Amino acid sequence: MSNGNLVEIRDLHVDFPNPQGFTPAVRGISFSMGREKLGIVGESGSGKSVTGRALMRLLPEAARVRAGALRFDGTDILAASERQMRGLRGGRIGLIMQDPKYSLNPVMTVGAQIAEAWRAHNKGSKREARDAALTLLEQVKIRDPGRVLDSYPHEVSGGMGQRVMIAMMLAPNPDLLIADEPTSALDASVQAEILKLIEDLVSARGMGLMLISHDLPLVGRFCDRVVVMYAGQVMEELPARDLHRAQHAYTRGLLDCMPSLSQKRDRLPVLTRDAAWLEKRA
Amino acid sequence: MSGTTQPAGTRRDWLLSDTPASRAQARWGRRYQLWLAFRRNPLAVAGLAVVLAMLVLAIAAPLLATHDPGAQSLANRLQPPSAEHWLGTDELGRDTWSRLLYGGRVTLGMVVAVVILVAPLGLVVGCVAGYAGGLLDKVLMRVTDVFLAFPRLILALAFVAAMRPGVESAVIAIALTAWPPYARLARAETLTIRNTDYIAAVQMTGASPWRIIWKHVAPMCLPSLTVRVTLDMSSIILTAAGLGFLGLGAQPPIPEWGTMIATARRFILEQWWVPVIPGLAIFTASLAFNLLGDGLRDVLDPKQR
Amino acid sequence: MSETPMIEAAGLDVHFGSNHVVRDIAFQVAPGETYGLVGESGSGKSTVLRTIAGLVTGWDGTLRVAGQQLGPRRDRAFFRRVQMVFQDPYGSLHPRQTVDRILAEPLEVHGIEGAEARIARALEEVALPRAARFRYPHQLSGGQRQRVAIARALIADPSVLLLDEPTSALDVSVQAEVLNLLADLRVARQLTCILVSHNLAVIGHLCGRLAVMQHGRIVEELTEAQLRAGEAQHPHTRDLIALSHELEG
Repeated sequence: MSNGNLVEIRDLHVDFPNPQGFTPAVRGISFSMGREKLGIVGESGSGKSVTGRALMRLLPEAARVRAGALRFDGTDILAASERQMRGLRGGRIGLIMQDPKYSLNPVMTVGAQIAEAWRAHNKGSKREARDAALTLLEQVKIRDPGRVLDSYPHEVSGGMGQRVMIAMMLAPNPDLLIADEPTSALDASVQAEILKLIEDLVSARGMGLMLISHDLPLVGRFCDRVVVMYAGQVMEELPARDLHRAQHAYTRGLLDCMPSLSQKRDRLPVLTRDAAWLEKRA
Repeated sequence: MSGTTQPAGTRRDWLLSDTPASRAQARWGRRYQLWLAFRRNPLAVAGLAVVLAMLVLAIAAPLLATHDPGAQSLANRLQPPSAEHWLGTDELGRDTWSRLLYGGRVTLGMVVAVVILVAPLGLVVGCVAGYAGGLLDKVLMRVTDVFLAFPRLILALAFVAAMRPGVESAVIAIALTAWPPYARLARAETLTIRNTDYIAAVQMTGASPWRIIWKHVAPMCLPSLTVRVTLDMSSIILTAAGLGFLGLGAQPPIPEWGTMIATARRFILEQWWVPVIPGLAIFTASLAFNLLGDGLRDVLDPKQR
Repeated sequence: MSETPMIEAAGLDVHFGSNHVVRDIAFQVAPGETYGLVGESGSGKSTVLRTIAGLVTGWDGTLRVAGQQLGPRRDRAFFRRVQMVFQDPYGSLHPRQTVDRILAEPLEVHGIEGAEARIARALEEVALPRAARFRYPHQLSGGQRQRVAIARALIADPSVLLLDEPTSALDVSVQAEVLNLLADLRVARQLTCILVSHNLAVIGHLCGRLAVMQHGRIVEELTEAQLRAGEAQHPHTRDLIALSHELEG
C-alpha cells in the first residue's frame, strides 16, 4: 500500500515501563508525510523524539510500541526484520541528532567515518569511498574539505561537526532525513546556516525531512507543514505559513510566551495548560 | 518508619510516594527504589543471601558447632563425612564442620576488619587529594603510588615477617596494601564531581572545603566505593587465606580457612575432602561477594539515581 | 552614575592556562539595576560571571562589590551578599539531596535561625508546591528545578544575583514563567542582577543596560531602548540583532 506517502503513522502508542506499570509517552498519534519538510514541535516530554525513534525502531527494547500502522514507504516497521531495519536505518532514513560531539566516533577521522557510512550502502573501493567523502564534505559547504577529511571530531567546531554528521547521513542517499533538534547545541548564527543547508540539500535531492524541535518559530521558518504535539498527542497540524494564525490555544500560547525584541512587554503571558488537552482525542 | 500509622497494605505506597512528607520518608523511599532495582537481579540476590547466611553461621558458631573446634582425637583422624562428623575430621581428628564455622569467624572477621580500616582511609585520602588539587594532591598520590607499586602479597609478607605472625598483623598488612586503589577511585570520582555546578553552588554558600568534601563530595563517591569494596572482598579473603596458607596469618590451632587448607594439603590425594571443604568455603564466599558486588554496581552506578 | 555602583569591574582579564578568555573588561552596575551580558558561545560572558562569583582562579584587574575590593578568595560575608543561578537545572542541584536539604545548606553554613519557616517561605516565594519539599531533584521537572535553584540563591537574602543563562535549558513556556518570577523577585527584593544569555530577546526583556561580548571583549554597551530602536553601532551587535529578528519570524 504505497499511496505516495513516505511515512504513514496511524494511532501510534509508545509506553515506557516504570516500577508500577507503564508510562505512556505517545498516546495515539496519526499523520503521514510525503517528500516534504515536516516539522514536529512540542515541549520536552511531548513525545516528539520518541515518535521519530519509533519510526527507526531505535527505542529501548523494554518500550511497548503499538500502532494501527507504522509504515515507511510501504514497509511495515513493526513487522520488519532486523535485517530490513538495518537497510532502512542509515540507508534510506538518515538521523541527525542534537550534539555532534556525542554522535561522532572520537577515535576515527571524519573522513573515515563518512567513507564507512558510504561503503555500508554503496559498493566501491577505499579510494572511491574517500572521494565520495570528499564530495559529500563539499556538498555540506565545508570550506577546506581536504583538511577536514583527515581531522578528528574534537578538532572541528560544533557547527562543522554537525555538517559532518549531515554529510555522513547523506552518504547512502536516503529518502528521509530525521533531524532531532539538530541545532539546539549551536549558536544562533550557526543554527541558521545549518538549517539553511539542510533545507537546500533536502530540496535539491527531493528527500523528505522530519525536523523535530522545541522551537516553533524556527520550525515554522524551515518547514512546509507543522505538527504540534503535547503530552503524547497531536494538538494541531497546519501549514507552516499559517502558523501565526494557529487555532489551538496551546500553539498560540507557545508562540505568545516568548520574549520579543520588537515589542516590549512587562510580563510574559504564561501558558495555562488546559486539562482538556490531555483528554484522549479521536 | 512511620508507615505503621497508615492503613495496612499502604507501606509500599508510602515508600513509593512521589510526594514524600518528611526527610525520613524521602530517604526510605529512595532506599526502597534501590532495593526494588536490586531485587530484579536474581544472581545478586543469591549473592546477598549467601553472604548473609555465612555471616549468620559464623556469628552463631557456638550454637551450631557439634564439637569443640580444638578438641583432638587422634584415633579419629582423617575421617570421611559421617553422622558423627558431618564434614569429617582433619589430621588431628578435629571436627571439620565445627572448625569451618569458627574459621568463618576468623576469615570473615579479618575481611570486615580490613574493610573498616581501608574504605574510610581510601575515601578520605582520595577525596581530599582530588578536591584540594595542587601540591597536596601530588604528595598524597605519590604516597599512594608507592603502596600501589608493591605486589599485594609480597608487601603483606614482608610486613608480617617484620612483625609477629598472627591475625592482627595479617589484617594490618592486607589493609596497608588494599587502600591505594580506593584512594585512586575516590580521587577520580572527586575530580569529576568537583567541577559540577552543584558543587559550585555549594561553594557559593560559603561552606568550608571540609564541609564540602564531607557532606557533598564524599556521599557521591560512596556508591562506586561500595561496589569496589564488595568486589574486592573476594581478593581480601584470598589474600587472608594465602597468608594463612603460608603460615603468616592465623596461627594454629586457630581455625582459619586458609590455614586449614595449608595444613591439610598433604592429604589432597587420599583424603581429598579435608582440604577441599575449606577450599569450597573460600570459593563460595568469594563468588557470593562478587555476585553481590556486580548487582550493587548495576543498581548504584547509574549516576542519575 | 552618581551613587556607588553595586558591582564594578575594571581591566578584568582571565586566563585559562595559555588561553586568554576575558580581555580587559570594564562595566558598572548600579544598585537595583539588571545588567545583561550577551554573546555567542566562547565569547567569555559566563567566565566574567563566574569570576565575579569567585568560582574562577587566575584573573587580574579590579572587581568591586558594594565598593569593596574583591581578592582572590571570598569570605563568607561575600557569599551572603552575592548568589548565583546556574544554566543547567539538571546539573546544579545535588542529585542525592532533597530540596529541603539543598535549601537548608546555606542556612546551616551561615548559622541562620528559623530554618523551618524560611524554607517554607522560600518555596512559597518561588511558587513551588509544599509537596516538592522532600523530593529529590530527579523527581522534579526542569522548571521546578530552576525554581529550587532560585530559592536556594535567595534563601540567605543576598543583594546581588548572578544569572548564568537561567532559562536556556527550559521550554519556552517554562522560560516565560521563570522570567516573570525573576522580574517579580527582583522588584520585591531590590536585587541587583547580572544576566548572561545568548538570547537577545531574553536580555532585552529583563535588562536595562547590556554589553555585547565577542572573543572575550565587550564590543559595545547599550541601553534596552537603544537595542530595541536598532541603534547598535558594532557590526557584531547588528548581526546578533538581525538574527534575533529573523528567528522571531
